[in-house]
Amino acid sequence: MSPDVLKLIFGRLTFESLPLHEPIVVATFAVVATGGLVMLAGLTYFRLWGYLWSEWFTSVDHKRIGIMYMILGIVMLLRGFADALMMRLQQALAFGGSEGYLNAHHYDQVFTAHGVIMIFFVAMPLVTGLMNFVVPLQIGARDVSFPFLNNFSFWMTVGGAVLVMASLFIGEFARTGWLAYPPLSNIGYSPDVGVDYYIWGLQVAGVGTTLSGINLICTIVKLRCPGMTMMRMPVFTWTALCTNVLIVASFPVLTVVLALLSLDRYVGTNFFTNDFGGSPMMYVNLIWIWGHPEVYILVLPAFGIFSEVTSTFSGKRLFGYTSMVYATVVITILSYLVWLHHFFTMGSGASVNSFFGITTMIISIPTGAKMFNWLFTMYRGRIRFELPMMWTIAFMLTFVLGGMTGVLLAVPPADFVLHNSLFLIAHFHNVIIGGVVFGAFAGIGYWFPKAFGFKLDPFWGKLSFWFWVTGFYLAFMPLYVLGLMGVTRRLRVFDDPSLQIWFIVAGIGAFLVFLGILSMLMQFAVSFLRREQLKDVTGDPWDARTLEWATSSPPPAYNFAFTPVVHDNDAWWDMKRRGYQRPLLGFKPIHMPSSTGTGIILAGFATAMGFGLIWYIWWLAAASFIAMLAVGIGHTFNYHRDFDIPADDVIRTEDARTKLLAGAK
Amino acid sequence: MNTDTHAAHADDHHHGDSHAQAHVHGSFSTYMLGFVLSVVLTAIPFWLVMSGALPSKQITALVIMAFAVVQIVVHMIYFLHMNTTSENGWSMMALIFTIVMVVIALSGSLWVMNHLNSNMMPIHQMTGMK
Amino acid sequence: MTVAVNPTQTGEPVFYLADEHPHPEGYSTSLGFWIYLMSDCLIFAILFATFGVLGGNYAAGPAPKDLFELPLVAVNTSMLLLSSITYGFAMLTMQQNKIGQTQMWLAITGLFGAAFIGIELSEFAHMIHEGATPQRSAFLSAFFTLVGTHGLHVTCGLIWLVTLMVQVWKFGLIEANRRRLMCLSMFWHFLDVVWIGVFTFVYLLGVLR
Repeated sequence: MSPDVLKLIFGRLTFESLPLHEPIVVATFAVVATGGLVMLAGLTYFRLWGYLWSEWFTSVDHKRIGIMYMILGIVMLLRGFADALMMRLQQALAFGGSEGYLNAHHYDQVFTAHGVIMIFFVAMPLVTGLMNFVVPLQIGARDVSFPFLNNFSFWMTVGGAVLVMASLFIGEFARTGWLAYPPLSNIGYSPDVGVDYYIWGLQVAGVGTTLSGINLICTIVKLRCPGMTMMRMPVFTWTALCTNVLIVASFPVLTVVLALLSLDRYVGTNFFTNDFGGSPMMYVNLIWIWGHPEVYILVLPAFGIFSEVTSTFSGKRLFGYTSMVYATVVITILSYLVWLHHFFTMGSGASVNSFFGITTMIISIPTGAKMFNWLFTMYRGRIRFELPMMWTIAFMLTFVLGGMTGVLLAVPPADFVLHNSLFLIAHFHNVIIGGVVFGAFAGIGYWFPKAFGFKLDPFWGKLSFWFWVTGFYLAFMPLYVLGLMGVTRRLRVFDDPSLQIWFIVAGIGAFLVFLGILSMLMQFAVSFLRREQLKDVTGDPWDARTLEWATSSPPPAYNFAFTPVVHDNDAWWDMKRRGYQRPLLGFKPIHMPSSTGTGIILAGFATAMGFGLIWYIWWLAAASFIAMLAVGIGHTFNYHRDFDIPADDVIRTEDARTKLLAGAK
Repeated sequence: MNTDTHAAHADDHHHGDSHAQAHVHGSFSTYMLGFVLSVVLTAIPFWLVMSGALPSKQITALVIMAFAVVQIVVHMIYFLHMNTTSENGWSMMALIFTIVMVVIALSGSLWVMNHLNSNMMPIHQMTGMK
Repeated sequence: MTVAVNPTQTGEPVFYLADEHPHPEGYSTSLGFWIYLMSDCLIFAILFATFGVLGGNYAAGPAPKDLFELPLVAVNTSMLLLSSITYGFAMLTMQQNKIGQTQMWLAITGLFGAAFIGIELSEFAHMIHEGATPQRSAFLSAFFTLVGTHGLHVTCGLIWLVTLMVQVWKFGLIEANRRRLMCLSMFWHFLDVVWIGVFTFVYLLGVLR
């Protein structure tokens, strides 16, 4: 075939695009492909495809979608963490003339992929998954406001993740750092597919994130059960509300910025170019208008989790509920007023820098208020040191440290010294791992029995906890030191041999974290095997306080047989205290949304379109776009999207629970 | 605190009549009023700019921006039927929040980016350095 | 603290609703759609900000004064305004359950919308023909992107409008279709609001500059 025809069919995708010259990538591919084949064969052998498709992939049940988000987050954590280990190893080795084991081309992709994956495809899915699972249960709702949209959002997130993962084996990923600043990310300096993978991976996932934000806002605003006024909402629901408000207010900004960057790359416009009046700084400005709220999008739900965990395991009502709510709202607003602190050194004058420096410092006040609230909740509480509580305490210690270094960085003159140094790296890992990751783990430990009906094994959990916490401190405290000594981020090789010891310590820390992750996987496996011993029949294994514990574990598809009525904060606590009797009679049919495969199909086409655009396979992009439009419009012709769960089914489910509860007593 | 279950039911009340709520629509006269107002509010700025009726460009700019703001409000009220009660005030809340965000993003970007430009080395100095 | 109780005859507090009363279909739709519009509003805000920052960077190329023809913009604006009021009429006739008239007003709205797109495209073609392409300068990049994004939204609105007309024709003015027409109404009027910003800040202020 002539090259022209090949180009028409495959765009710029050629045999040379496959990274066969990178032994590490080839080996990874071999392992992943083998693992993948084994999994596919297993699924086929055990005839699980039909089950997965009808019960999970096409499900619009918020609980299942939430669980799928968590699985996505954990799978991507493995990939993102592999990148982290590779960087730590490279930096520990590349001293005294050694080039380490990663070439520059590969190393630059590794640090970019690490950042992108950890933020967009680990932290976001974990947070979104927890919100999806917990929020409707906490507010006594049957599902989210737009169940189909929820399924679609999830698959769009998966689509983005698929594109980013595809870049590992087909072509390459961006070598620009996780925010892809131009002019480096412009076509002149990054002519290959890496940045395009970045753009379309994030655009596809971003659509999902925005829609799920709208969905959860509506859910919280419209579907609260009777009696649950705003000021009776559980704190996690409050933080979820604020987080989703931030998502809806900030992700459009990311969408636009990336769209403008892609116009620069595809059409040759001059938004962020060096010539014809373009301004690369405008990109930096705009992307941080999204970027700063993003970190609060991640950490606010974590704050919510810690609030729930602290009050449950201290056996006390949360101290200062009202102040907690106000602090959350204030953080929501303030997070929009600080973005410039990410580029103090870009050249703004004293007035701009001091404005943003001061707003940044102010934001630590509501955060500090929260910290005191948690401490006062624990004060004179009867604290049970279960795993979620341990994560919470580790968070409080670690996050305060990270917050302090953040306030240091908020001082513009100090930032001029520390900007882009490893001090900054240490700071944001300190808050993101100490805040978001520990929060997600606390949340997983806390709500796992609700999701699956059995608790997680404490032994492996505690092992994982200690590996993670010590590993974290060993990995990142040296980076503070190195940063203060002036070592900048993203370096591949070092000249000064005296620095090596710090990097070796950091590497050991990363290895401990690796053991922590392994222990966590082990914990899941062991818990599954011991599920009978760890079983939770009561639906309320922690003697908890909020509504999600009022129903069974795992909850039935309809969540609550009867819509709850709330009279107080900590609704379930109130119900227990006042002798709530679970209704045994009078069940009625329940109206629920039906499953649909449209979401996964649409997201599949969107991913294919992204792939076509990345490789300039225009026919594929156009065809997928038209298919997407057709399926989308076709879907609107389906007016029957829900069904009734018959009363008999409800009775059967509830009777089974009655028996279980009787057995437990 | 005795009233809270009533509040619950008042809240609940909306379940049934979202229909009525969703259709808070104008009448023929309000639509026409909105239309006439918006035509006038569009025509005047165009005329001001095209004829140069006002003495200075600055004044013209301020005046047409004021017209734009008024016209946006007119559209919001007569065409989008914004009011403080629809969706229990949540629509208005969302709108106000969005306006705050828009103002922050717009004015912030302009401020930040202009500040960068003003801190650039002046061109004559740059040429002097050669 | 007194505990709030809603006593039944037996004096027990009520902790659940014995009657199943599902939320009506589309219970959250109008709020959800409104929130979507707010996120769209931010998309336009950022495009306006980009235009505000880069709009003066002509790179020795054409400036607004050389390019914009205000009479044409005025005609285009009137298309959009007229389509707004005709959509309003469609909503009014919909409330009176007059299918035929609703469809007619929707069709007229669509024609005005199509006229708007047509005029805008011819304006773009004219500019590109004169060498004022999106690649020419940051000002033109920002201009084409901002105005083009609005145009793209109107185009989506047109596709949606046609889809809805088919659905009204097939299934009548059922509750679901009314709800969809109302969402499109919000979308359409919202685009009108954005256009006020466009003609004021891009065209009028551009010519003044």
